[in-house]
Amino acid sequence: MLLLLIVWQGAVWLFELEAWKLPGPVEIVREAASIWPRLLEHTWATTKLAVFGFALGAATGVLVAAVLHLVPGARSGLYPLLVLTQNIPTIVLYPLLMIWLGLGLLPKLVLIVLVCFFPIAVAMLSGLSQRDPRLFDYLAMIGAGKWRIFRDLELPGAIPYLFSGLKIAAAYSITGVIVAEWLGASSGIGYYIKLSYSGFLVTRVFAGVAIIVLLSLAVFGVIVALERWCMRWQRHKEGS
Amino acid sequence: MTAVLEVRQAVKTFGSGRSVQQVLGGVDVTVGEGEFVSIIGPSGSGKTTLFRLIGGLERPDSGEIRIQGRVVTGERGHIAYMPQQAALLPWRTVTDNIVLALTIAGVTESEARRLSAEWLPRIGLAGYGDSYPHTLSGGMQQRVSFLRALLAPRGLMCLDEPFGALDALTRLQMQQWLLSIWEANRRSVLMVTHSIEEALLLSDRILVMSSSPATILRELEVPFGRPRSPELWTDPQFNAWKQELYELLSGAAPKMADEKGGEL
Repeated sequence: MLLLLIVWQGAVWLFELEAWKLPGPVEIVREAASIWPRLLEHTWATTKLAVFGFALGAATGVLVAAVLHLVPGARSGLYPLLVLTQNIPTIVLYPLLMIWLGLGLLPKLVLIVLVCFFPIAVAMLSGLSQRDPRLFDYLAMIGAGKWRIFRDLELPGAIPYLFSGLKIAAAYSITGVIVAEWLGASSGIGYYIKLSYSGFLVTRVFAGVAIIVLLSLAVFGVIVALERWCMRWQRHKEGS
Repeated sequence: MTAVLEVRQAVKTFGSGRSVQQVLGGVDVTVGEGEFVSIIGPSGSGKTTLFRLIGGLERPDSGEIRIQGRVVTGERGHIAYMPQQAALLPWRTVTDNIVLALTIAGVTESEARRLSAEWLPRIGLAGYGDSYPHTLSGGMQQRVSFLRALLAPRGLMCLDEPFGALDALTRLQMQQWLLSIWEANRRSVLMVTHSIEEALLLSDRILVMSSSPATILRELEVPFGRPRSPELWTDPQFNAWKQELYELLSGAAPKMADEKGGEL
């Protein structure tokens, strides 16, 4: 990563590239610092939307997976519909959502939820159906009902799957927010990048991109930490 | 003696069309109150199927199952169960695993915790309540698994080759451990096993099962008194019984030599 930055900066100096074509990392950091308060405001707007939308999307994904798993026939009946929600490109979908839901927060949240819930629901669903047959037989033999088996066997067993879904969805949620802000918003990093493009302020575009990358890494880090905590029972394995 | 378990003429067939295979061909099993009954038979003789019928996971094609006098054919939740592999949930601690099994059997959570705390030291696992199952050895896991079954307030305990996955030495220790625990508590037990010694050491009665389709070939009352000494296997009578059971079982298994040559 550091090497990449050095090569990048070196190339910019060596070939004397103009800042409006490709600014170097040093240039980007300097520019970002000079407009920091405004950048922070936009970052905050994007973060709020991404985190809120992601949380809502994750809840929807888990709920959808649980319903499809628990209601007989729901899985085969509704799965194609789920896939359908993912076939419409976000760039086409968002203007439609704006037409239906207006310009406010709502269409953005709906977009992020739509983008987020799918990988979570799919991962969770495969996790729920991968229950350990030995444990299932044992619980069935001692008379555990469907709900007990769901709560105490299938749900905890699906946690690792849930987290792989969450990691993908987290990346999606940030791209989703950027698209939504680009297409119709008055704040946020996506809006800021679009504005900078219009003014050929390529360095500021890069500053925006850098913030998106940092934001994605931060969210990813939080999820990994959460995963570790949820799977803490495994930690003793290496020690023993 | 009242019967805790009565299986009457259980027939079970799997498959359809040409690949039909009758696994159980009219099996009768009775377990009395406080009695320890073992079923021994060759591998693949339908012992597991019989347990699945008793547990209500499968329904017999014909025949009925009674537990404590009531017909429970196809119903779940009437037995305590100990499988061959400990089947402890890996994300729950030892105590939480015991609590889960007991609450499924209708014990309140606080009572389950109390029982677990009271009993773990008695099975040599003091201080392991908060450990996760994978940090325990195979023998310790099976002790937890047995304790779960023992503490569940159910009339019948079903043990499915409880020590089959353990190494020989641990197995021997576990048999003696189970003998002492059982003799102090006298629950009604139905155990399936491959091991003749295990059946002789632990049981009041042994049922010898034939294979495909399974029927009960013979029923033997084990003549050794209680409490039994762990040195029972040195008794000449023990070896005579062992020999007899071995011959019965050899007769019950499909004969490999006959199928091959025929001339020998």
